[in-house]
Amino acid sequence: MSVGVESPLAPAPGRGKLTGPGIGQGGARAATILRRFGSLIALAALILLNLALTPHFATMQTLSVNLTQICTIVIVGVGMTLVIATGGIDLSVGSLMAIAGALAPGFFTGALFHGTNLYVNIALSIIVPVGVAGLFGLFNGWLVSHFRIQPIIATLVLFIAGRGIAQVWTNGDLQVFKMPEFQAIALGHVLGVPFQVWIMLALVVVSAWILRRTVFGRQILAVGGNEPAARLAGVPVSRVKRLVYVASGLCSGIAGLIVIAMNSAADANLIGMGMELDAIAAVAVGGTLLSGGRATIVGTLIGAMIIQLVRYTLLANGVPDSAALIAKAVLIVFAVWLQRQERA
Amino acid sequence: MNRHLSGAGVGVVLALIALVVFGAWRYDGFVSPYNILTVLRYNSMFALVGLGMCFVIMTGGIDLSVGSVAAMSSVVSAYLSPYGLVAGLVGGVGVGLIAGSLSGFIITRMKLLPFIATLAVMLAASGTALLLANNQSVSVSYDTAFMTLGQGNLLAGFKPEWIDGEDAGWAGAALGLLFNFPTPAWMALVAYVIGSVLLNALPFGRHVLAIGGGEEASRLMGLPTDRTVFLAYLISGGLAGMAGVILAAQFGAGQPIEGIGWELFAIASVVVGGTLLTGGKGSIFATLAGVLLLGLIFTILNFENGVGWISLSAYWQSVVRGAFLLVVVILQSRLARRVPA
Repeated sequence: MSVGVESPLAPAPGRGKLTGPGIGQGGARAATILRRFGSLIALAALILLNLALTPHFATMQTLSVNLTQICTIVIVGVGMTLVIATGGIDLSVGSLMAIAGALAPGFFTGALFHGTNLYVNIALSIIVPVGVAGLFGLFNGWLVSHFRIQPIIATLVLFIAGRGIAQVWTNGDLQVFKMPEFQAIALGHVLGVPFQVWIMLALVVVSAWILRRTVFGRQILAVGGNEPAARLAGVPVSRVKRLVYVASGLCSGIAGLIVIAMNSAADANLIGMGMELDAIAAVAVGGTLLSGGRATIVGTLIGAMIIQLVRYTLLANGVPDSAALIAKAVLIVFAVWLQRQERA
Repeated sequence: MNRHLSGAGVGVVLALIALVVFGAWRYDGFVSPYNILTVLRYNSMFALVGLGMCFVIMTGGIDLSVGSVAAMSSVVSAYLSPYGLVAGLVGGVGVGLIAGSLSGFIITRMKLLPFIATLAVMLAASGTALLLANNQSVSVSYDTAFMTLGQGNLLAGFKPEWIDGEDAGWAGAALGLLFNFPTPAWMALVAYVIGSVLLNALPFGRHVLAIGGGEEASRLMGLPTDRTVFLAYLISGGLAGMAGVILAAQFGAGQPIEGIGWELFAIASVVVGGTLLTGGKGSIFATLAGVLLLGLIFTILNFENGVGWISLSAYWQSVVRGAFLLVVVILQSRLARRVPA
């Protein structure tokens, strides 16, 4: 089957297989190293390649440009990794970004709320849209856990309807605004690094910690690894599923706000367009198992960096963007295929 | 039980009939030949893509590449259109088949999940389309018969004079529908008939459903699983290619950035048609009903605005479609729970 929960009877690919007796100790160790650090090695190789090939690569500006390019993808990818770790998928992320992005300007332009205190308005313009996106995430989780609808279909509902809701809300109009205090979430700098990069890093660190060190994190992986077994072991499967979709919704909301803050405008037709596929690609290249049960948040960050660096390398060396798309396709297939080989 | 329309399939056909009756009752001209034929002409592309998706989903897979494959094929067929109708059609369907076989290869040989394999093919096809078209739309040649693939009516040349007359009556209206039936709708209709024969009367169809029901079991039973899965993606690619040809012919240009979101629209049609996303079950004609149902929502919104009672922007159509999909999947999950598979 393509996505969704692995049948409990069919062994998941690559899991539960014993290493062949013919493979020696050294080979096994090399394989372990490759599996654990494969994507990191690829990233290092790409950076070295760029240092040799691309002029002006080792500058703060290059770093800044590339990091801001992947910021929203990684933020959405964090939530997506958690969802995929349970064996699900979230196609609605781009539409939830649009909803959050379409809601936010109403709080400081006065269309939604007439507050006298600027900072109260800005706090509301962040909290309410992110919260609404989280509620839509809860709706996804409810469809998946309560009705047992396959995640790809359950989230397809909001993929289709969500952008429509954002467009109806704004009547499809572009909302232009200038609000430096709000836009600081994307454009501000702390220690010379854009604030959105800090947000991204914070989310990565916190969720990597949750996934690795907390009971909830182990429960996520248990649900994705073998749902019936997890249920029998007393894992609250439905609650875990609801929570990961809420997390994905919250992450999408944050990403939506960053997009409108960067653009100084909210366009419900465009915010987060195609984001679901970018995020899924980053998750897959990063080494998370798409059928669930094994996930790495840091891997998703590295995956997004690899995809972006390949694109940057090609563009910086005069390859057109359309050809870079083809390279991205080859990269995704190659990376996921390689992970399969390592596991087998 | 009737194999062609069973369970949820009957539901979608009833819903389609209800929607048409509602439209006929509420709006003038809703069941006029002109409106019917316009709806069929426009939705034939989606019907073709939905048919391919139906086969893929019945094997338990998914094909995300159909939209960008259609875009790529529209560009290729636009380039080939000066060489005639056949060249454009064969070229467009040909690149679709290439893309489909690429998906099939990655899935059956490299053993990647269909979701990620077809995601990659989607990106590759999109990049190829932009590269070939130089990031612009490619106009179609008006000197050859290529345009008739999208805009023509196949039997228009045989139409007797009296049909368009004032006193033609019911028989005239019915024959008028036949002779004015759009060429792309003929293509879709023929594809659906062939698809239905493939699924219901040939071993291939049995294999598709068996694999969707349980791939490992099918393999152990000695069914040609890899070949069947490969063929399903080949069919999906070829039909997406044909949809791309119609796209180019209908709008007079190959459009490298069209087709965004087609794959999810097609999946929604298949699901509304009652085909289970877990594979193993499915109905060809219920998929067609699903495509028409989702397509009609757009038409109804247009007519509703024409009545002038309320004014709903075009943006409402995706909200309505999403709500519709929601109702269908919730009903399906209820039905599935009552009758354990």
